[in-house]
Amino acid sequence: MAGCRAVEELIARDAGRYRVTIFGAEPHVHYNRIMLSPVLAGEKTFDQIVINDRAWYDDNAVDLILSDPVEAIDRGAKTVTARSGRVVGYDRLLIATGSDPFIIPVPGHTLDGVISFRDMADVSRMIAAADAGGEAVVIGGGLLGLEAAHGLSLRGMKVTVIHLMPTLMERQLDEAAGWLLKSALEARGQTILTGADTAEIVGETCVEGVRLKDGRLIPASLVVMAVGIRPCVWLAKEAGLAVGRGIHVDDHMVTSDPAILAVGECVEHDGQVYGLVAPLWDMCRALADGLTERHTGYRGSVTSTKLKVSGIDVFSAGDFSGGQGAQDIVLRDASRGVYKRVIVRDDRIVGAVLYGDTGDGGWYFDLMKRGEDISTVRDMLIFGQAFALGGGQTDPKAAVAALSDNAEICGCNGVSKGKVVACIGGGAVTLDAVRGSCKASASCGSCTNVVENLLALTLGDDYGGERAVKTMCKCTSFGHDDVRREIVAQGMRSIPEVMQKLHWSTPDGCSSCRPALNYYLLCALPGEYVDDQQSRFVNERMHANIQKDGTYSVVPRMWGGVTNPRELRAIADVVEKYDAPLVKVTGGQRLDIFGIKKQDLPAVWADLNAAGMVSGHAYGKSLRTVKTCVGSDWCRFGTQDSTGLGIQTERMTWGSWMPHKFKIAVSGCPRNCAEATIKDFGVICVDSGYELHVGGNGGIHVRVTDLLCKVETEAEAMHYCAAFIQLYREEARYLERTAPWIERVGLERIKARIVEDAEGRDALAARFLHSQTFCQDDPWAARAKGAESEQHQPLSLMETA
Amino acid sequence: MTADRWIDVGRIEDIPPRGARTVVVEGGDEIAVFRAGDDAVFALINRCPHKGGPLSQGIVHGHSVACPLHNWNIALATGLAQGPDSGCTPTILVRVEDGRILIAPPQPVPA
Ligand SMILES: Cc1cc2nc3c(=O)[nH]c(=O)nc-3n(C[C@H](O)[C@H](O)[C@H](O)COP(=O)(O)OP(=O)(O)OC[C@H]3O[C@@H](n4cnc5c(N)ncnc54)[C@H](O)[C@@H]3O)c2cc1C
Ligand code: SF4
Ligand code: FES
Repeated sequence: MAGCRAVEELIARDAGRYRVTIFGAEPHVHYNRIMLSPVLAGEKTFDQIVINDRAWYDDNAVDLILSDPVEAIDRGAKTVTARSGRVVGYDRLLIATGSDPFIIPVPGHTLDGVISFRDMADVSRMIAAADAGGEAVVIGGGLLGLEAAHGLSLRGMKVTVIHLMPTLMERQLDEAAGWLLKSALEARGQTILTGADTAEIVGETCVEGVRLKDGRLIPASLVVMAVGIRPCVWLAKEAGLAVGRGIHVDDHMVTSDPAILAVGECVEHDGQVYGLVAPLWDMCRALADGLTERHTGYRGSVTSTKLKVSGIDVFSAGDFSGGQGAQDIVLRDASRGVYKRVIVRDDRIVGAVLYGDTGDGGWYFDLMKRGEDISTVRDMLIFGQAFALGGGQTDPKAAVAALSDNAEICGCNGVSKGKVVACIGGGAVTLDAVRGSCKASASCGSCTNVVENLLALTLGDDYGGERAVKTMCKCTSFGHDDVRREIVAQGMRSIPEVMQKLHWSTPDGCSSCRPALNYYLLCALPGEYVDDQQSRFVNERMHANIQKDGTYSVVPRMWGGVTNPRELRAIADVVEKYDAPLVKVTGGQRLDIFGIKKQDLPAVWADLNAAGMVSGHAYGKSLRTVKTCVGSDWCRFGTQDSTGLGIQTERMTWGSWMPHKFKIAVSGCPRNCAEATIKDFGVICVDSGYELHVGGNGGIHVRVTDLLCKVETEAEAMHYCAAFIQLYREEARYLERTAPWIERVGLERIKARIVEDAEGRDALAARFLHSQTFCQDDPWAARAKGAESEQHQPLSLMETA
Repeated sequence: MTADRWIDVGRIEDIPPRGARTVVVEGGDEIAVFRAGDDAVFALINRCPHKGGPLSQGIVHGHSVACPLHNWNIALATGLAQGPDSGCTPTILVRVEDGRILIAPPQPVPA
């Protein structure tokens, strides 16, 4: 595209100055390459994307030689030789060889049916394959891959996109926008596999499928590789020109040989190579100016991109990764599927990512290129040009006051301003009351601010402005309970999804909300939700307790506090072998080994695993220990087998994730040697059965348990325990222990759910046991075998000189 | 600063998004290299200005990290403690080129 464009620019400036010969490897006249995507999608024909037909070349006396690539340049003789043997001399030579698609050299990449997406020939092959029907795999979830996938699926193929990175178009989009894009494409029937690495392409002579490194096999009769491009520089290199990643050019597009110029994707200017068309236009202008003695010069380009998939609007420009001193302005509108993020540094826009509503992309891009100071419009920047410049009301209250009574406030529930005002007038003087009576802001919550402004406007000084619900953190206007409820009600499945649907105001949350969301999803979707390591606190990520000096302590599980010589020996050996400075008996009757270095953890776990010991989860928001006394087997007072019941209970409950740490104890008689009345769940054995206690806490605010009820058998005690834990797991807020939870909701409510409602109790217990089927894996065993070994290894070692 | 001070410490993919890895410096302070959710890369001395917590083990959010010990928030770009806290962790020059992470560790001060 660049070569012909340069010729056009040249002719426009000074038509008679040069006699021009153009060599093209392709059989076609100059066409608009970027429109190949609409051609594939069936939205345009090839003729519609041709830029100049043959007559134009004749009219301008341009010699056009097609299907004949140049194979050698003789700089001494100033000639080029093409494949056909044709030799043509030059005074000035322009190289515009573009890029070659990159083909990953996996086994099978030469099979028939493996193609790239670069020129019209590729498009014709794709169309032919689609006409034959069948399944296609597109490797690469970048701009090009997604456009290929879109075209093929419009042509009726079943398409799977395989993308190595965790988010689509990661070079243009952040995680949030990438997630929206993925959901939209999936809704259109494509299968999108992210984090998927291709192992091989299988088939005898033709493609039959693609195998991933994790073993999955995806059947396919067509494989499109769209994993990147490489500047096509071999011709220039062989001619001895200076070449880096691309052919080196100066500001006038002149290469290291003054008689040879180069433009387009094949060049490297000031360390940059470009893979988009906009820079070409700039380059071609500078080149034509140079060839006609104007010398304006090219100064590099800032680029923006759009995805050309009809109905999906994506825009990205500049540096969306921000960097030093950058701030994010984020707007999420879940009901419209809109996400906008503008990145600002020193009051200037440095990048933008827009999804769903890209109308203002051009405006942001322009402000960015011009380096405009945006401090005066900053507050309204994110709402777009019309709002920020069109005299949009600066005072949000005035803006709300100006709305007509019919204006819709809450889209989810169709509530108008008039209705909200009437409902406030009718006595609903808090946000919750408004939500309760006219439903405004009770669903997705995006209109909460407007409703609050209406409250302030209607009630004047009488409106305290305090939201009854404390928000989860500064990233959201929702409280914990709202978030939990909405996750379940809307069937949300991932952290980015929650953040989008509930209008998070930050790109990826903070250290308060991420661990909470991770837990809520884990609890709501047992066996399905994939845990997010980066949203866990260090102890859970490392499966050990971090200590003040940065080393870790390790507590192996001792079921019910019972141990044996083999376990003791293994612990003693570990202490010696790894030079642990301290071993201590914990308050929960386990042995704690202190001072283990991060990199030694996997070896320590392997040694403990070998003696049959598993992680004690002493680090987790999870079941920690079940403390027991000796009970009827040995103690002269014991009425029941408290040790045995403790062991059984620990076997049932270990590994479960909870809102906070959770401790259990079982005492053999009311003397209560296991201190069961300051545990989250405590059992006191009595002659006639088992007293079940809940909500105890031995922490800063010591709290003695409440008696939940009395049951007669061990089996019942375990069943109630499971039900109680599940109720706590499903309803407490993250980082709320059972004691404050029970004080907040009241013991009566908990009794009603666990004691009085037999059916509800059974359901809770069943849900707990179901989720346990996915949880009771020893996290140490996998790590000891080498899983995620990078967590324990430094990235690299460095010696200082 | 001369170009040869840049040291290649690995690929950007070696660090999980919103994660960190360390670079062990023999005879010097350990360095924490962070990869934010948007792939921006930062490097700091692996020590919280509060009580020395290993920042590499904290939760990375936006361009900040929450210290794993007492939850101070440290800005990755400047090393400054955020909010009501004050203090600063030294930053290390870092850049990414062709997917490789290059850092320029501080040079030992000549005696
Ligand atoms: C399907 C598709 C969609 C795209 N969409 C967009 C988009 O939306 N926005 C955007 O900005 N960019 C897009 N691009 C990228 C854009 O097309 C390129 O940036 C642009 O075409 C580069 O122009 P160029 O002249 O450098 O290379 P090309 O357009 O590739 O031109 C190089 C030409 O040189 C020929 N050639 C190579 N070697 C020789 C030789 N030895 N002798 C003779 N001829 C030779 C090649 O056959 C080719 O025809 C898209 C690309 C594709 C493939
Ligand atoms: S709680 Fe009762 S049974 Fe258990 S050890 Fe103490 S006295 Fe014995
Ligand atoms: S050491 Fe980092 S917050 Fe205390």
